[in-house]
Amino acid sequence: MVTSVTNFGRSGLSDWLVQRVSAVILGAYAIFMVAYLLLNTQIDFGQWQALFSNTSMRIFSLMALLSLGAHCWIGLWSISTDYLKHFAVRFVFQMVVGLLMFIYTIWGVQLLWGL
Amino acid sequence: MLTVSIYRYHPELDAKPYMQDFQVDTGGKDLMVLDVLNLLKTQDRGLAYRRSCREGVCGSDGMNINGTNGLACITPLSSCVKNDKLVLRPLPALPVIRDLVIDMDQFYKQYEKVKPFLLNNTPAPAIERLQSPAEREKLDGLYECILCACCSTACPSFWWNPDRFIGPAGLLQAYRFLADSRDTATEERLAGLDDPFSVFRCHGIMNCVTVCPKGLNPTKAIGHIRNMLLTRAT
Repeated sequence: MVTSVTNFGRSGLSDWLVQRVSAVILGAYAIFMVAYLLLNTQIDFGQWQALFSNTSMRIFSLMALLSLGAHCWIGLWSISTDYLKHFAVRFVFQMVVGLLMFIYTIWGVQLLWGL
Repeated sequence: MLTVSIYRYHPELDAKPYMQDFQVDTGGKDLMVLDVLNLLKTQDRGLAYRRSCREGVCGSDGMNINGTNGLACITPLSSCVKNDKLVLRPLPALPVIRDLVIDMDQFYKQYEKVKPFLLNNTPAPAIERLQSPAEREKLDGLYECILCACCSTACPSFWWNPDRFIGPAGLLQAYRFLADSRDTATEERLAGLDDPFSVFRCHGIMNCVTVCPKGLNPTKAIGHIRNMLLTRAT
């Protein structure tokens, strides 16, 4: 058993599962958005606002946002442990990525929910 | 004439490794790469490489042949040579001892980690532990591994984390004992694999499957281990 304290879910299985579930959610969200924009080419601000004020859409968007944060964290953590061999460089990179994911997630929540 | 370019390194004589070219007359025959090396040995007695059974059973002569890992003894020139040029290098990722001979210590350390032997805490029967034909069949495609290291040294995840990622060869053996009906240490074995590196550093690029000289499928075995871990944890 190799120990690690900086990965997302403390266990390899948990990270692997989160990576896959989040990928499915992000895929579904991307397909939905592309399809919506293709079917509504003459979209105006009112329609766009109505879409995002719908509770289902808000839940879906938040789910995609959280998935994006988790997916990026797991992927970039994995890349850092492959290619960044110096402990200090790797640790700083992981902390910066973690902080950025946190900022983007909170910022995204603020945008989506208009808090 | 075949031009053979070989990775040379003698730690006591050379400051750094270099490629040396040889000309070999194959007599128009489709020789195995090992035969070519044996011919070269008559030109240069100092050339170092491992070989033993010369029929793909012992796994000693794994090397990088024109960019692809394989066993020299069962790789015919016709399957790897283009434009009469053969480039031989040691297996990547592991330290070179001399010429084509690598230090496989790290590879064996990972193999050791998976406890590649039957663990059974029930009293031993008088004669032997029996298996049904169906139970025995589950070991096909797993037990045939000869530990030549072609797969693990073709895996980028093993290149970057040879000390933490068990590698395809070790994981194939891990599953060989997880799948064995006579083994009772499934829980203990799985508990030792549930970290972000041992199994989950495999990203399924299947280099291991491409190069395995025995035609085995470590990626599939790793998938089975993942499924067992998932079943156990959910």
